[in-house]
Amino acid sequence: MYDNKRLGFLYVMPFVLGVLLFKLFPFAMSFALSFTQYDLIDSPTFIGLDNYRELATEDPLFRKSLGVTLWFAALAVPLRVGFALLIAHVLNFKLRGINFFRAAFYLPSILGGSIAVAVLWRFIFSKTGLVNLMLAKLGMTPIAWLADEHYSMWTIVLLFTWQFGSAMVIFLAALQNVPISLYEAARCDGANRWQQFWRITVPLITPVIFFNMIMQMVHAFQEFNGPYMITEGGPLSSTYVLALYIYDQSFRFFNLGYGAALSWVLFALVGGLSLISFWSSRYWVFYAGEKEKSR
Amino acid sequence: MSGTSSDAMEQSGRTRWVRYLVLALVAFVMLYPLLWLIGASFKSNQQIFTEVGFWPQNIDFKAYAKGWKTSTEYTFATYFLNSFLIAIPRIIVTVISCVLVAYAFARFEFWGKKFLFSVMVATMMLPLIVLRLPQYLVFRELGWLDSYLPMIVPSAFATDTFFIFMLVQFLRSIPRDMEEAAQIDGCNSLQLLWHIIVPMLKPAIISVIVFQFIWTMNDFMSPLIYLASVEKYPVSLALKMSIGATEEVEWANVIAISVVALIPSVAVFFAAQRHFIEGATSSGIKG
Repeated sequence: MYDNKRLGFLYVMPFVLGVLLFKLFPFAMSFALSFTQYDLIDSPTFIGLDNYRELATEDPLFRKSLGVTLWFAALAVPLRVGFALLIAHVLNFKLRGINFFRAAFYLPSILGGSIAVAVLWRFIFSKTGLVNLMLAKLGMTPIAWLADEHYSMWTIVLLFTWQFGSAMVIFLAALQNVPISLYEAARCDGANRWQQFWRITVPLITPVIFFNMIMQMVHAFQEFNGPYMITEGGPLSSTYVLALYIYDQSFRFFNLGYGAALSWVLFALVGGLSLISFWSSRYWVFYAGEKEKSR
Repeated sequence: MSGTSSDAMEQSGRTRWVRYLVLALVAFVMLYPLLWLIGASFKSNQQIFTEVGFWPQNIDFKAYAKGWKTSTEYTFATYFLNSFLIAIPRIIVTVISCVLVAYAFARFEFWGKKFLFSVMVATMMLPLIVLRLPQYLVFRELGWLDSYLPMIVPSAFATDTFFIFMLVQFLRSIPRDMEEAAQIDGCNSLQLLWHIIVPMLKPAIISVIVFQFIWTMNDFMSPLIYLASVEKYPVSLALKMSIGATEEVEWANVIAISVVALIPSVAVFFAAQRHFIEGATSSGIKG
């Protein structure tokens, strides 16, 4: 029965239709739109590469936004993945209450995307919020987290890092598959814990590090709720990420053609960085035997 | 499988305590904002801005009552109902479509399977924001704006590929003996799916339900783009409205209602915690 080709195709049909209707078609459509001027009222007019030319040469806000997005990803992704690995490493031992800790570290990654948490964040970092209350208790001067362009970025980077739980559980599973004999052998040779971590643990789980880096990068480039709710892109556009700019152009100013061009720049950015990562992975990602390749 | 390397980590009492200390400290720092939020929801507007401790001096439900009522003509009861009206149908169609597709990928041989599987993995990495605008235009053309259809119908076509991937990984780890036996007894593929596959997939399906529920509750951008009438707003949008309406935010009310907004997700998380962290984990790399 399982080699009944028609039956298999029948079951996979919803996915094929879904990809065509809701992924591939919109994808192509947004590409086409990016060469037009369109405001929802008049029908789209073809303007060639004008949108791209405009954003490359005449749009300082785009340049600012691009820089902000790259800076955000460069800070937030390594912090989240690094934290996830570190905590997974500390968590990976015989421990009473491992379930409690695992749940505690996982919870923020579940709730972190919600508007309620964004509201909380905005409040914690407000002028008289919790963080400044604590600073005052310690005798330090309060900081205008949300109003000072040097600090605003850190509030959303922190929110992103706070949600390291989902990457952590994936690391934890990988760590538990590292054969114990390797550590025993290393200990016999006199390797200390630090060396064991860097020489055994890290090399063996490079595929997982790679996976987490890529997935978190895709997330980071699309971060919207945080900047939208907490800092509203400001102050002085210091948190005006591309996702926010795309939203404004597309759904507030109804410059649909320009919005589409912007979103294709974002796509090219993510795609390009993924390709570079895949290419570079040959040099640093170690796949053990056939297991990973058997897919 | 679990705990193989943890045995290697068996160690002296001192390092053990260091680990406990580190973990407890990190957990405390991470959860303190949430704890403080709960405490603050019982405080007065003035206490919120002066107290670092999370324990309120006197329990006061006034903020809850006020926040629940909102400044609109609807209460949060409406907004919660709306959220569930989106989440429940969406979960149902997601489970059905993703189980079917995962069944095909994990068990059947068909033309183009490898290609379709790589398409699926690739779409997981596709930034959804590129699709927002054209999807909006399509739904507008269909007359679906200001309804819940744009948030529900795509899920019926297994567009949440993360779940397919998770289910496929889970199915692959299950041996086919039972299915072969049932086939000999004359089960057709649908009977097989319903009587054998689905019961075995239960933990993974629970993960799908929990994830989809929480993600739909959290979803903010879709309702922001697609919904216009306040009476149709889900919780996420209503919360945003409560903070955006005036310059002077009534923080006590907003905080109280934020706590309420988190309750469904937290409840579902703890109810299914064990199952679904494992489901999430196996989706990653255990292959």
